[in-house]
Amino acid sequence: MILARVVGTVVSTQKRPQFEGAKLLLVQPETPQGEAKGPTLLAIDSVGAGVSERVLVVLEGRAAGEALGKKLSPVDAAIVGIVDQLECVE
Amino acid sequence: MQLARVIGDVVATIKDPNFDSIKLLLVQPIAADGKDVGRPLVAVDSVGAGVGETVFFVRGKEASFPWHPIEVPADAGIVGIVDHYTVPK
Repeated sequence: MILARVVGTVVSTQKRPQFEGAKLLLVQPETPQGEAKGPTLLAIDSVGAGVSERVLVVLEGRAAGEALGKKLSPVDAAIVGIVDQLECVE
Repeated sequence: MQLARVIGDVVATIKDPNFDSIKLLLVQPIAADGKDVGRPLVAVDSVGAGVGETVFFVRGKEASFPWHPIEVPADAGIVGIVDHYTVPK
């Protein structure tokens, strides 16, 4: 899983049926220190995250599909946790 | 998934037979600010996207799921057309 910050929301009408009812959020991957790193990604939200929150994102199809709870979902990223606190000693 | 702009289409006559009747589109990934990021790539389309539209695409084996059980040998697939997106300042 990676750390990321929720930076936006996406609305789509024409999409694969597995996405019906799912929330799509734009997330910016971050280092543990909170610096943006890499391109913005689009992730399914399964935990009720919102803009500006720091989250845990899985970047793997099977795990993301399970977060969505539908079989054969064409997804590769899902928010699976909201970070309350993080301590990094390095 | 990533946001992208559809910037072209691709025609290939000689190809893996599992690609038959599947539309191939050229997409340019974009960042949340709308700027291009990274190189354009070819993605299979399962939602009827067209040139000029903003879409989101999935990477990896999951790109072939819309055609299950046909095992389309694709590693990127458009799975939704974006109506709009919001990035609060």
